[in-house]
Amino acid sequence: MKEQVEKLKSEVLQKIESAKDLKEVNDLRVEYLGKKGPINELTSHMRELDAKGKKEFGMVLNDLKQTVTAALDEKKNAFETAELNAKLQSEKIDVTLPATKIPVGAPNILEKIIEEVEEVFMSMGYDVVDGPEIEEDKYNFEMLNIPKGHPARDAQDTFYIEDESILLRSQTSPVQVRTMLAAGGKEPVRMICPGKTYRRDADDATHSHQFMQIEGLLVDKNIRLSDLKGTFDVIAKKLFGEDCVTRFRPSYYQFTEPSVETDISCFVCKGKGCPLCKNTGWITVSGAGMVHPNVLRGCGYDPKEWSGFAFGFGAERLAMLKYGINDIRTFYQTDLRESATFDRKDV
Amino acid sequence: MISLNWCKDYVDIENEDLHELAVKITKAGVNVEKVMDARIEHLVIGEVKECVDHPDSDHLHVCQVDVGDKVTQIVCGASNVRKGIKVLVALPGCVLPGNFEIKAGSIRGQESNGMICALFELGLEEKNDETYAKGIAELDTDLPAGTDANIYLGTDDTVYELDIHKHRNNDCYYHIGFAYEIASILNKKVTLPEADYKEDKDSIDKYVSLKVDTDKCPYYTAKMVKNVVIKESPDFIKKRLIAAGMRPINNVVDISNYVMLEYGNPLHFFDAAKLGKEILVRQAEENEPITTLDNQDRVLTSGDIVITDGKKPVCIAGVMGGLNTDVDETTKDIVIEAAIFDAVSIRYTAARLDLKSEASIRYGKGLSYEYTNAAMDRACYLLEKYADATVLSGKLVHDKVDKTPKVVEFKTEEVSILLGLELTDKDVETELDRLMFPYELNKGTFKVTIPTRRLDIDPNVNDIAEEIGRLYGYENLESTLPRVPVRRGRYIGDVGIRKEVSKRLRLLGLNETKTYTLTSPEMAKLFKYEDKQPVVLPNPMSSDKSVIRTTILPSLINVYEYNKARKVENINIYEIAKTYDSEYNEDSKIAMLMKGSYSINNWQHTTTKCDFYILKGIIENLLDYLGFKNRYTFVASEIPELHPGMSAKILLDREEIGVIGRVHPSYKKEEIYVAELSLTKLYNKTIKPLKYKEASKYPEIEKDMAYVVSKDVESSVIQDQIKKSGGRLLDSVEVFDIYEMDNEKSIAYKLIFKDPSRTLSDEEVMEVFNKIINEVEAKTGAKLRS
Repeated sequence: MKEQVEKLKSEVLQKIESAKDLKEVNDLRVEYLGKKGPINELTSHMRELDAKGKKEFGMVLNDLKQTVTAALDEKKNAFETAELNAKLQSEKIDVTLPATKIPVGAPNILEKIIEEVEEVFMSMGYDVVDGPEIEEDKYNFEMLNIPKGHPARDAQDTFYIEDESILLRSQTSPVQVRTMLAAGGKEPVRMICPGKTYRRDADDATHSHQFMQIEGLLVDKNIRLSDLKGTFDVIAKKLFGEDCVTRFRPSYYQFTEPSVETDISCFVCKGKGCPLCKNTGWITVSGAGMVHPNVLRGCGYDPKEWSGFAFGFGAERLAMLKYGINDIRTFYQTDLRESATFDRKDV
Repeated sequence: MISLNWCKDYVDIENEDLHELAVKITKAGVNVEKVMDARIEHLVIGEVKECVDHPDSDHLHVCQVDVGDKVTQIVCGASNVRKGIKVLVALPGCVLPGNFEIKAGSIRGQESNGMICALFELGLEEKNDETYAKGIAELDTDLPAGTDANIYLGTDDTVYELDIHKHRNNDCYYHIGFAYEIASILNKKVTLPEADYKEDKDSIDKYVSLKVDTDKCPYYTAKMVKNVVIKESPDFIKKRLIAAGMRPINNVVDISNYVMLEYGNPLHFFDAAKLGKEILVRQAEENEPITTLDNQDRVLTSGDIVITDGKKPVCIAGVMGGLNTDVDETTKDIVIEAAIFDAVSIRYTAARLDLKSEASIRYGKGLSYEYTNAAMDRACYLLEKYADATVLSGKLVHDKVDKTPKVVEFKTEEVSILLGLELTDKDVETELDRLMFPYELNKGTFKVTIPTRRLDIDPNVNDIAEEIGRLYGYENLESTLPRVPVRRGRYIGDVGIRKEVSKRLRLLGLNETKTYTLTSPEMAKLFKYEDKQPVVLPNPMSSDKSVIRTTILPSLINVYEYNKARKVENINIYEIAKTYDSEYNEDSKIAMLMKGSYSINNWQHTTTKCDFYILKGIIENLLDYLGFKNRYTFVASEIPELHPGMSAKILLDREEIGVIGRVHPSYKKEEIYVAELSLTKLYNKTIKPLKYKEASKYPEIEKDMAYVVSKDVESSVIQDQIKKSGGRLLDSVEVFDIYEMDNEKSIAYKLIFKDPSRTLSDEEVMEVFNKIINEVEAKTGAKLRS
């Protein structure tokens, strides 16, 4: 009996081994493990055996069934895996083909630099404030210590809309005046006011009748010129790198006293001298100073109690320096081939 | 231009390195743009000992020239070279302007060891027909042959070219003022020049009277000198004028210029004989004529100040003298004017007549009356000494100058706080001494009187702090940070929403542009979808920038054209900018333009072309993002420059907030879509706060329906009715198919029913569904497609 079982086992295992496809495996399962299959048939011989023999033969048969089932499963798996692999192989794509271009837009270069500057100042507690571009002479000049007939007006050749009263603002400083007036001489002020300004300049590579200023103002108690220097250090390092150093030079603006021009060490040559810094090692980036007492007084702040500093950057100049742009008209033409580059984060 | 030789008269700089000094001055705030050493090396005075014609030339001469250490042969082509004259000799090694180096050589076979020079060849005169005709320079000098010619020429000087801020233009624009600046920096004293002269018994009062009949002339003084001898100026005057960039003319004219460059105060000399007996200063009459000394006829206006002889103008005050009283070779007696005129009037007159002169620039900055008097005395002194003049006694004076001294009181602490320096009273005293500002210190309070020469300084502590700070040196200032509370800054007003919109539009695929606010009248006429008149500038620079735009759309068309010309195919752009109407009402706008493709994949043929519905989708996405979901509608509308069948107004809460549409094919034949929204209007709307809404746990039931309607019926008519009839159980309705035939179209809708609190039964959904069918047919006339 046992011999018969061994014979059957080797016969089945051989047939499973040589099965050519999944169908053959399934057929073999029906043929051998089916109700009328040879394994079931062997079961009928159980009756002929005694209790001990039954037990032994039962174990032998069980082993046979398990071995055959395992062999069938293994073969089935092998065929299925092969089939899937073949299918996947046939579905292979060319990953080097171009991607679908997802629509996304780039910022204007000036707005990008303004956002960067805004971020630094907002982190230092400065609000970002806006103001009208059609402005009153009072705010654009008079309250900034530039009375009618003052030569400083000649330098800022202004677009007047109504004689000596309404104009296109020639600087963003009127926003500072408006902010101080709104604070009523009682509250401290910390603000920047990036925005468009207009002067009667013929447009060329370095002049533009429309340009953007980033001016700022801090008014509080016991504010010092050295605070302006420290603040300026922060922004310079943020915009032009940690190794950037700054210096002040005496200067003159009507609405600040003392006034300074602020230079940064040339970030191209690191101060050694190159064409960008005209071999001086320094680049002028901003005008600034302590708010003139006449301006403070006019806006309701007692200069004996309050002091403050104001500063101004040219957004175009910052962008031209930082990104190596030579023509100011670049910012107002929007050549999409160029601006696409600016849809990315900076270092 | 400042001559340092000249400054030596007033301040001791004998042992200073003038290049280093320039750096110090610049650091203290007066920018020395250029340091020019005028010296020309290897240039000596020579004496022509012999001069014969060149054997091989019809115009050259062969000269034997004594150059001090030897007599050497030089070939010279000038017609005026001759035996016995003293000349300028450039020896081998001398480099002339244009980097032309003199070398020993031979000219047509004759040895030549240098060059005899004309002034223009040394760059000391302009080269023109007149100077060329003069030939070589003939020197009228006792200096022996071999002397360094720079001494004779005044080119042994160093000259600073200044680039000064307007306010310091005043005192640093003349040599005594600049000497004060040097003295402050070096901590030295200033010596003023001599001005003592003898006065004759004869008085000006006998000859001329003065009347000032305008408030634009606060100070007018006149003195008279007689019997001047007009001749060449002494060497030192000529040299210094040249160094400072002025051309010597004759002693009298030169003295007036010389004093102006010393004290910064221009003087005017009238020929007394031509002037007559009266000086009347008044405003000019409208269209009053005058011929100025440059022989030009000029027409005045009532804003100009004139000096008259009682009747006719003899000088445009502070700007230019009249030809009728000009000093010339025959002049014997002179009336000297030293005055102060209203600076603003002078600037306007000079600008209007395009007559910016050394004098008008100085009058236009304002003058110190103390220096007006000093200049007058100095001129009398020089005229007496160098023009043999007799100075008459007496002085005509009109004086309305406010002489109240400018005094400022402060404590050291105030200066310390402004600068961020720890100063002591002693430090402040030291700095004030250097500045030569008179002061008193009383119980810790300084009382400083600001000298009249410093018109730029106002009596407040900030001005004093600036003077101290710049002398102390800003490079010594330490960096500190403001002692203010820590906080995070905010966007104020509509700045925040502007930033949000901008970022969102970029994420939605539009590129940001920035264009000019000022546009042309033609462009301003386009896309006038609002009833707004633009601001037109009264005095524009050019017509193409003469109107303030009321809409950004024409500017975006310009950007489109610019990129199209550069072969950019997909132009998807936006701009956010302020616009204004003629009442100066501000309206910030968001303009968009799309042309070409949106998402792109050509090889898979899945590229999406920009069309009305993509732009509409971007606007809806933006509005939803801003919190306006379900509050806006698009209403078909005819809009200028837009396709009449493809344009709409955009309403938010029934208020018009913008427009959208395809650009009219007769304006631009390409398929361009534009839209513009009012950011100002969006900013002024309120939105509900964001809240969590749980998704329904119960199944939803989906039903489709299709209607046949006439082609011109808008989908929203049916959709709105479906929503109305569907009531609470209808969750959403959406168009999923359109099918057009002849004059009709079929619109298919997908309806979703659900209840957030329970499972709906088929019966109740069918009940609502049937209600929708009945009501839509009844109210819109649409037929249900079976």
